Amino acid sequence: MNFSRKALIGIPYVWLLVLFLVPFLIVFKISLSDYAISIPPYTPTLDTTNGWWAGIRELWAGWDFENFVFLTQDDLYWKAYLSSLKIAVIATLLTLLVGFPIAYGMASAPPEWRTSLLMLVILPFWTSFLIRVYAWIGILSNEGFLNQFLMWTGITSEPLVILNTDWAVYIGIVYTYLPFMVLPIYSSLEKLDESLIEAALDLGCTRIGAFWSVTIHLAKPGVIAGSFLVFIPTLGEFVIPSLLGGSKTLMIGKVLWEEFFSNRDWPVAAAVAVILLMILIVPIVLFQQNQQKQREAAK
Amino acid sequence: MNNAQFAPWEDPAAKPLIEFKGVTKNYGTFTAIDNIDLKIYPREFFALLGPSGCGKTTLMRMLGGFETVTKGSITIDGEDMAGIPPNKRAVNMMFQSYALFPHLSVADNLAFGLKRSDMPKSEIQGRVEEMLRLVKLQKFAGRKPHQLSGGQKQRVALARALAKAPKLLLLDEPLGALDKKLRQETQFELMDIQEKTGTTFVIVTHDQEEAMTVASRIAVMDDGKLVQVDTPDRIYEAPNSVYVADFIGDVNIIEGGVSNVSGEAAELSWSEGKPAIKGVSGERIQKGSSGAFAIRPEKIAISRDKPVDVHNCVQGVVEDIAYLGNMSTYYVRLDNGSLIKAQTANSRRIARRGLTWEDSVWLSWTDTAGIILPT
Repeated sequence: MNFSRKALIGIPYVWLLVLFLVPFLIVFKISLSDYAISIPPYTPTLDTTNGWWAGIRELWAGWDFENFVFLTQDDLYWKAYLSSLKIAVIATLLTLLVGFPIAYGMASAPPEWRTSLLMLVILPFWTSFLIRVYAWIGILSNEGFLNQFLMWTGITSEPLVILNTDWAVYIGIVYTYLPFMVLPIYSSLEKLDESLIEAALDLGCTRIGAFWSVTIHLAKPGVIAGSFLVFIPTLGEFVIPSLLGGSKTLMIGKVLWEEFFSNRDWPVAAAVAVILLMILIVPIVLFQQNQQKQREAAK
Repeated sequence: MNNAQFAPWEDPAAKPLIEFKGVTKNYGTFTAIDNIDLKIYPREFFALLGPSGCGKTTLMRMLGGFETVTKGSITIDGEDMAGIPPNKRAVNMMFQSYALFPHLSVADNLAFGLKRSDMPKSEIQGRVEEMLRLVKLQKFAGRKPHQLSGGQKQRVALARALAKAPKLLLLDEPLGALDKKLRQETQFELMDIQEKTGTTFVIVTHDQEEAMTVASRIAVMDDGKLVQVDTPDRIYEAPNSVYVADFIGDVNIIEGGVSNVSGEAAELSWSEGKPAIKGVSGERIQKGSSGAFAIRPEKIAISRDKPVDVHNCVQGVVEDIAYLGNMSTYYVRLDNGSLIKAQTANSRRIARRGLTWEDSVWLSWTDTAGIILPT
């Protein structure tokens, strides 16, 4: 292998090292430290007044897994992890439920429409994410557009309480992450040869049977990719639960934020982050394997 | 189906498997199929031949149940097919793209239709193996479609369409994606399988050579209409129109006026001061109307000296020679400017052939070699 090829392959590894591994090690280091009222707000820090070697030894001696043990003692944390997992799983399923028909509709639309439909799906990205989530407050609140509309039509006599509940969080997540679900499913459905459906019909399937035994099967890589793309960021989601969710909506992203900025307990916050990453590694590895399998199947 | 006795279309008592009665298909204002009447008989290998856009694929897809009929009716085995979906028809189709399910192995592709039929589970395995043997793919049962070559995919598609033992098999350009040599081999395999299984085949193709090779009868289509439905030899030797003569194989067309018609024979005056061409009279020609003389290049003899005892002979100059190996085509320019192709088999070595460029030659043919058609 020549040098330029090695250098080319090296770029992503350098990228990972500088932007992922190094920050992670710093966070991990903080998670092993203790809380202190100082700048930075943790101890020990590297002190080289007695020389580098002594400083590092002192640092090593000061590290322990106290914060991780603490996370297991206070039930807030594992409840937050579990609650996040639950919300992420349900939100992913809801997004799939909403996203699949949209992707299917787009893929079945006449080709000259598809570009415009694709554009419509991507269009919301042109506005800031934060503003779009804020807009939902205006829609979902007790005096919001939705309740005003429902009461005007007479469907309900009293406003529905949606904002500051888990429902608002689900609505926010489904809305925000929908394109991540729609686009991979659309791309796998778009490649689907119409004659495969006809072949299934020809061989004795009903319309619905052909959909189950052919369309769903061939959309599977897109469904898997889309689900991971929604699940992974949702698990650590912070903005949506803190803006739309109520005080009862427990998500680990919110806990992490409060630990860092309200409590200013960096070591515990860092430990929360490390555990979150450990949990996320499982789906990320699964996702990678799925992508790998797809690439091999495409060969 | 080169069996001389097999000609149910000539037997008025024979019961057709498929019958089209006044079938019309409109897409908005566009007429894809224009009032077609056609009977196809059991065990036939029937070819729908025509240029792209002539409606041949639409006609076949109607049999499969993928297109509805705007007007008229289609019956298969006496049963009216209107409103019957593809999955309820004893008809299977081999798709142009093969349409093999990419997520299923070869064996599972073959079993797909059987699992959805009323065949008992215990018999499915045996039937799949039988089909694998039929197309000689026993070793590939476990492969996925993307691990197969084009020719293998084609055979899996054929086996899958035959697995349910349909009354009628539809083949949409089945050999279009294969290279020429493989295509020729596969044509004979197709005929072989058709004879072995006794299934009625309807094939759509734009390749006239393929249609000539495999079919018992050919329907030549143009613009949503059937121009001629006949056996390959009749289509070639006795086309009913200039369109058919021109579409099938190579042909020389000489235009003129019909000067005489008497029974099977007719005459065409084509150039002033020259004797009229004698030929077989085609359908619907009338004395005094315009007509065209059509003759195949291989039916024209070429010689340096004027042949004796032959009525049809014209003089010209060799303008070009196409050497094709087994035969040569001579392009001869006549006095009136028209270009005539004459073909001779190269039974002698190239050095011993007498003719070369710019030679003055005589072209001649017998009174029954060509046909006079209406224009």
